[in-house]
Amino acid sequence: MDLLSIKNLEIEFPSRRGTVVAVNDVNLTVQPGEVLGVVGESGAGKSTIGNAVIGLLEPPGRMSGGEVYLKGEQINNLSSEEKRKIRGRRIGMIFQDPLTSLDPLQTVEQQLVETIELHLKLGEAKAKERAIDLLHQVGIPNPELRVKHYPHQFSGGMRQRVVIALALCAEPEVIIADEPTTALDVSIQAQILELMRKLCQEKQVGMLIITHDMGVIADITDRVAVMYRGNLVEEGTTQKILGNPDHPYTKSLISAVPRPDIRLKRFPMVDYIEKEEDRKKLLDISTHWLGQARDFDAVEGPLVEVEDLVMTFVTKPAFLKKNRQTFNAVNGVSFEIRQGEVFGLVGESGSGKSTVARMISGLYKPAKGAVKFGGTNLTEIKSEKELDYFRRQMQMIFQDPFSSLNGRMRVMDIVAEPIRFHKLTSSNAETEGIVMDLLEHVGLGRQAAVRFPHEFSGGQRQRISIARALATRPRFLICDEPTSALDVSIQAQILNLLKDLQEELGLTMLFISHDLPVIRQMCDRVGVMKMGELVEVTETEKLFTAPEAPYSQELLSLMPKLDNLSQQGLQVEGA
Amino acid sequence: MVSFLFKRLLQSFVVMITVALIAFSMFRFVGDPINNMVGQDTTQQEREELREKLGLNDPFLVQFGRFTLNAAQGDFGLSYKYRVPVSEMIFERMPATLELAFVSAIIALFFGIPLGVYTALKRKGILSKFIMTMSLVGVSLPTFLTGILLILLFGVMLRWLPTFGRGDVIEIGSWTTGFLTVSGLKSLILPSITLALFQLTLIMRLVRAEMLEVLRTDFVKFAKARGLPDRAVHFKHALKNTLVPVITITGLQLGSLIAFAIITESVFQWPGMGLMFIQAISDVDIPVMAAYLVLIAFFFVVINMIVDLLYYAVDPRLRADNE
Repeated sequence: MDLLSIKNLEIEFPSRRGTVVAVNDVNLTVQPGEVLGVVGESGAGKSTIGNAVIGLLEPPGRMSGGEVYLKGEQINNLSSEEKRKIRGRRIGMIFQDPLTSLDPLQTVEQQLVETIELHLKLGEAKAKERAIDLLHQVGIPNPELRVKHYPHQFSGGMRQRVVIALALCAEPEVIIADEPTTALDVSIQAQILELMRKLCQEKQVGMLIITHDMGVIADITDRVAVMYRGNLVEEGTTQKILGNPDHPYTKSLISAVPRPDIRLKRFPMVDYIEKEEDRKKLLDISTHWLGQARDFDAVEGPLVEVEDLVMTFVTKPAFLKKNRQTFNAVNGVSFEIRQGEVFGLVGESGSGKSTVARMISGLYKPAKGAVKFGGTNLTEIKSEKELDYFRRQMQMIFQDPFSSLNGRMRVMDIVAEPIRFHKLTSSNAETEGIVMDLLEHVGLGRQAAVRFPHEFSGGQRQRISIARALATRPRFLICDEPTSALDVSIQAQILNLLKDLQEELGLTMLFISHDLPVIRQMCDRVGVMKMGELVEVTETEKLFTAPEAPYSQELLSLMPKLDNLSQQGLQVEGA
Repeated sequence: MVSFLFKRLLQSFVVMITVALIAFSMFRFVGDPINNMVGQDTTQQEREELREKLGLNDPFLVQFGRFTLNAAQGDFGLSYKYRVPVSEMIFERMPATLELAFVSAIIALFFGIPLGVYTALKRKGILSKFIMTMSLVGVSLPTFLTGILLILLFGVMLRWLPTFGRGDVIEIGSWTTGFLTVSGLKSLILPSITLALFQLTLIMRLVRAEMLEVLRTDFVKFAKARGLPDRAVHFKHALKNTLVPVITITGLQLGSLIAFAIITESVFQWPGMGLMFIQAISDVDIPVMAAYLVLIAFFFVVINMIVDLLYYAVDPRLRADNE
C-alpha cells in the first residue's frame, strides 16, 4: 500500500474572468523512506498540490476532483476538524522562508511545547524534554540553552532546523517540504538537505519535496515528477529524468539549468515556455546611436581598479565614538576589471559582494580605499557634475525586478529617463526613437513603451532594466544577481541576452552572483569573497578545475552535483 | 536599556523646554500682563513698581528661567481672572478630565479590539460588513454632534441619563471622584461614550487591518500546518503580533483623549480642564492657558515614554538590539 497517494487531483481557482485550473489530473505516490521531488517553474501548480494534501488551499481555490489517500485511508473528504488533526500529527509541513515561518514573539520552546502538547498529549515537563531532544536531533548545538531563545536569535539555517524540528514534533508519516532550501546559502542548503535525507531514512518518513531547483532534485530525491502549467508532464527516477528526459518541456528545462561542469556558448532550447524573441541583428549596432563612437576617453590598462576598499557599518550606535560597535562589511578588497571582460564576484550572503558593487557605482561611500575608473580616482571627486560624467559610463542592474522599476512611470519614461537626465539627445523625438529601438533590441517590442511595469512578468521587467541601463551608452555594466529572482528558463534567456549585448557593444561587466554555475557560464575571471574579504581572484575555468583557496574548494564541493544531466543539443564554449 | 531610557528622557526634556518656551512667549506677545492685572486708575508709577516687582524688566532668559523653574515645581502663578493660583485651579479640575478619559479609553479598547478581531476573522460575514459600515459613521461623525444626539435621545426624550455635570462626587483626600456615587456613574455614561466613539472605531479599524496583515504571514500558515486549532492561531500567535502598532496608536489617542476632551466637556458642561481652558481663552487668562499647554505636553511625553517601554515588554527583538 502506498504511504501517500494522490489520484486524479484537480484544483481550480474561480475568479471573475473565469475559472483557472491550477492543477489538472495529477497522480502521485510516495512510499515510506522515499523522497519524491515535484519540480516546475512558477505557476506550475506544484505548491498548490502540497497545500491541497494538508487541506490548506488558499481560498478561493478548491479541489474540484480527485482523491488523496494516506495509508489507504481517504483524507480529502474529511471534515475540517479531522483534517486539522492530521496536520502536524501525520503530515508535517516545511515552508520556504525560515525567517518568516516562526512566530517572532514566542520562544522556540513555547512553539515546540505548544505543538507537542497538542498532538502527543504529554505533560509540560515531558514536552519540554522532547523539545530539547528534537532540537538535538536536527543538529542544533547546545539545545538546553537554545530552546529558551527567540527565533531572531538564530541564523537562517538554524531557523530552518527549528522549522524542521517543529514539523517532526509528532513523528509524522509524511513530510511535505515546499522549497525548503531556496532561501538558504549553498553550504547551509547542503547541510539541511543531508539532515532531511537522514531523518527520512531513519524514521521511514515519506517526503514530498517541492522545488524549482534542479540541484536540490539531483541531491536528495529518489523520484521526480515534472509539472508544467498544472499538468504532470513526466515522472520517473531522478537519474532517468535528469539524464534522459522524454518530454520536450523537461528537455528544455534541463538544458536551461546553468551547468557547473562545462561552459556553454549560449543556453540552448529555452524556448518551450516563452518563444525567445528572434533578435538576429534587429539593429545594426555599428551605425545605430547605441553603438556609435562614444565621447569617452580611451583607457589604457584596466577599466576599473579597486584598491583596498573598506566599508564600515555601525551595528550599535552610540553618542561617543568609542562606544560605537562597527562591522566591516568589506575589508581591504582589491581587484581590477580589464576592458571588455566579464568579472564575477561570488560568495554567500553577507560576504560583502553587493556592498563592493555599491561602492564602485557610488551608492555607498567607502570608509577607506579607492575606486579608479579609467585611471581616475572616483572617491576623490567632489563635484557632482564631474561625477555625472563617470556615472553615465557605468550602469547597474539590480536583483529584484519588482522593486527596481518605478510602478507609476510608463516604460517609455523609465528607459528615457537616463537619456534625458544626461541630455544625450537633441530632441524628444530622437529620445523616443532610441527608446523604441532599445526595447526592441532587448526583445520586448515597441508596444511595450506605453505600458506600465506591473503589466510585465519578472523576466520581461529585467529586460526593461537592461534597456534602461543601456540607455546611457555605458561601457561598464554592474549586474547584481540579475537573475536570482527568476525561473531557470527565464534566467537562461536573460543570461543569453546579456552575453549577446556584451559581445555586440564590447561592454565590460561586473557580474555578482551566489550561484557558481551561473558564474561559470558568464564570467571570464572571478573573485571569491568570504566575510568581507577577497580570498581568491582567478580565471573562471581555473577556479572550477583547480581552485586554490580552501574556501573556494569548499564552495565548489558544496555545489550540487549535476554530473549526469542530459547533454542534448548543447554547444560547448570553444568546441 | 539604560542608555535608551536616558536618551528618551533627554528627548522628553527638550520637548518640555520647547513647549515651555511657547507657553512663556504667550505672556510676552499676547497683550501686556500689567494691563491685564491692574485697573484703569492705576498710575504710571504704580505700574512701573508692579512691573519691577514681578520681574518683568529682567532680561528674557532670566524671566524664562524663572518661569520654567516655577513651572517645574507646579507653580504657574495667579490666574488673571480669579486671582487664585493656577495650579490649584487645575488640580481641582483634573480628576474630572482624567476619570472621563480613563473610562473612554477602557470603552474604546474593550470594544475596539474584539470588534477588530471579529471583523478580520469573519471578513465576508454580514455582521462584519454591518460593523464596518457603522464604524465609518463613527469615524466621520463630529464629536459635538454625537454628544448632542445622545443628549437628545437619552436625556431629553427618554430621560434616562443626566445631560450635564458630574453628578455627586466624593472627595478622597484632594481627589474628587464620581466613581462612587450612582449619579456620578450615570453622569459619566454619555460623555464617555461620546468621547470614546471615535477612538473605538479607530482602534477597531486598526486591529482589523493589522490582523488581516498578520493572518497572511508565513508563521500563521505554518501554525495552521502544524495542526494548531484556530483559537490558538488567532489569539496566541496572530493577535499578539498586531499589538505593537495598536499600542502606539492607543498611547497617542489616550493623550488626545485628555487633550481634546474640550469639545465633549463643553457639550456636557463637564467640569474638567477642557472646559476651564475654553473659559480661559475667552477671558484671555494667559497663566491658565500656559499651564494647560505645558500640562498636556507633559501628559503626551509621559504616555509616549510608557508606550516605548511597552514595546520592550511585547517584542523580544527590541530587547536584543539593546542588550
